[in-house]
Amino acid sequence: MPMAGAEIIARIKAGIPDAEVTLTDLAGDDNHWAAHVVSAQFAGKPRVAQHKLVYAAIGEDMGGALHALQLTTAVPN
Amino acid sequence: MSDTNARIADIVNSSDIVLFMKGTPLFPQCGFSSRAVAILDHLGVPFEGVDVLQDMEVRQGIKAYSDWPTIPQLYVKGEFVGGSDIMMEMYEAGELQQLIADAGITPRA
Repeated sequence: MPMAGAEIIARIKAGIPDAEVTLTDLAGDDNHWAAHVVSAQFAGKPRVAQHKLVYAAIGEDMGGALHALQLTTAVPN
Repeated sequence: MSDTNARIADIVNSSDIVLFMKGTPLFPQCGFSSRAVAILDHLGVPFEGVDVLQDMEVRQGIKAYSDWPTIPQLYVKGEFVGGSDIMMEMYEAGELQQLIADAGITPRA
């Protein structure tokens, strides 16, 4: 079963409470997503560490039930 | 598990640039792997593509080795750089070119 968009947003926000998540359905199939995540927690962290925070929030379904997530991260302006 | 890690360490260090991917550089089997190959091809640098679909041990083991849940994964000089999104962000910022140049890797003539 693919992961629904609302579930993706909920998990990211549960793991990163101040996260602003913009989710885009890339293929219109509820299965290929692009997420842009903005959080103050990313400040001063390298990109790999920023992405790992998001992957950790999503949990072990990342790469499994959720296999297609294009991810970009940023700190708030 | 430690055998797997030793095997992966050998692969990671076997070439200056190693891309763990689904499919081969000529025939990528996933959009993200395809994008990673396109970036490296555009930079014109030689790299070793490792098809994880052909090797279940490496496919699972690389995720633990890198502490990174998805494929593709880029290694330069034995160091984990990131997945295709990070490759794209770094490429657009000129950072990937810089990292490769700093590693002493020159584009193909």
